[in-house]
Amino acid sequence: MSVTSFFEWLTATPGSVALHESRYLFLGVLTVHVMTICVFAGMAAIIDLRLLGLAMRRIPAADLVGRLVPWAVGGLTVMILSGSLLFYAAPLERYGNLFFRAKLVLLICAGLNVWIFHQTAYRRIGEWEFDRRPPPAARVAGGVGLILWAAIITAGRMIPYQQYWF
Amino acid sequence: MSLLAVFDWLQYSSPLVAMRSSAWLFPAIASVHLLGLAMLGGAVLVVDLRLLGLGLTRPPVADVGRDAQPWLVASLCVMVPTGLLLFMCFATKYYYLTAFWIKVGAVLLALAFTFSVRRRVLLAADGAVIAFKRKLVGAISLSLWATIALAGRLIGFP
Repeated sequence: MSVTSFFEWLTATPGSVALHESRYLFLGVLTVHVMTICVFAGMAAIIDLRLLGLAMRRIPAADLVGRLVPWAVGGLTVMILSGSLLFYAAPLERYGNLFFRAKLVLLICAGLNVWIFHQTAYRRIGEWEFDRRPPPAARVAGGVGLILWAAIITAGRMIPYQQYWF
Repeated sequence: MSLLAVFDWLQYSSPLVAMRSSAWLFPAIASVHLLGLAMLGGAVLVVDLRLLGLGLTRPPVADVGRDAQPWLVASLCVMVPTGLLLFMCFATKYYYLTAFWIKVGAVLLALAFTFSVRRRVLLAADGAVIAFKRKLVGAISLSLWATIALAGRLIGFP
């Protein structure tokens, strides 16, 4: 079974048809997805700005990361669930969408960025948590994170516009 | 000149006509508006959660409030101009939308509340404000911003 025929099959499943055809169901899920940006991307932005040494400098980095990551993870869970439903509403269309594909690649990069941070600077956070200027590895993680999340939000916002542009 | 006439004039002024005729300018400005929303969400949420006794509970309220303030102001500096541009694009359509007027009212209330009552409570020394008042201020602030975000989303519905 090719990828295309799998998504064709997925598009014809009752759940996908229901999401696609019901105006309020789709818009409801979309609203949850967009509103949760405030929680997830908001927390991610605050953490990344702290890693850059630009924001929340009165608060030790270890305390800030430890306290805010659970909120970010909660937000991310809602984003992934609602995002999956938005994909499921039109699998074939999303699969063929360049912005959607770019968004997935960027999401993988963002995941790698978090993983690298946890393997490097985060292991020694006790040594630098009070520094006004965190070590290079932390600042790189913060800067790259900010750029990636901004690109991911932008790519997501552009998904419905592909049909007008290409 | 009625308000509707002002909206009409704004919408059909030459810069806005040019903006609408571009295929990518509206989504580009909407994206920047959304990036501002993320930043605003973070700057508001860390402080309001702290007021509610959640999230960053170890540092004093004043520290969290002072640290978040410049980012709150910065995100408003992104949200307000981009929001005004998005509004002017389809001003006469929004004139008839209840969600739009709810958003305008909630924005004015939220700004007034944030820079008066909330700011005073944030900068007060720990112990000077009773816990219940803090929680109330955090809850009011969160509700106002949530109303704005939700109304904003409803405005964009087809």
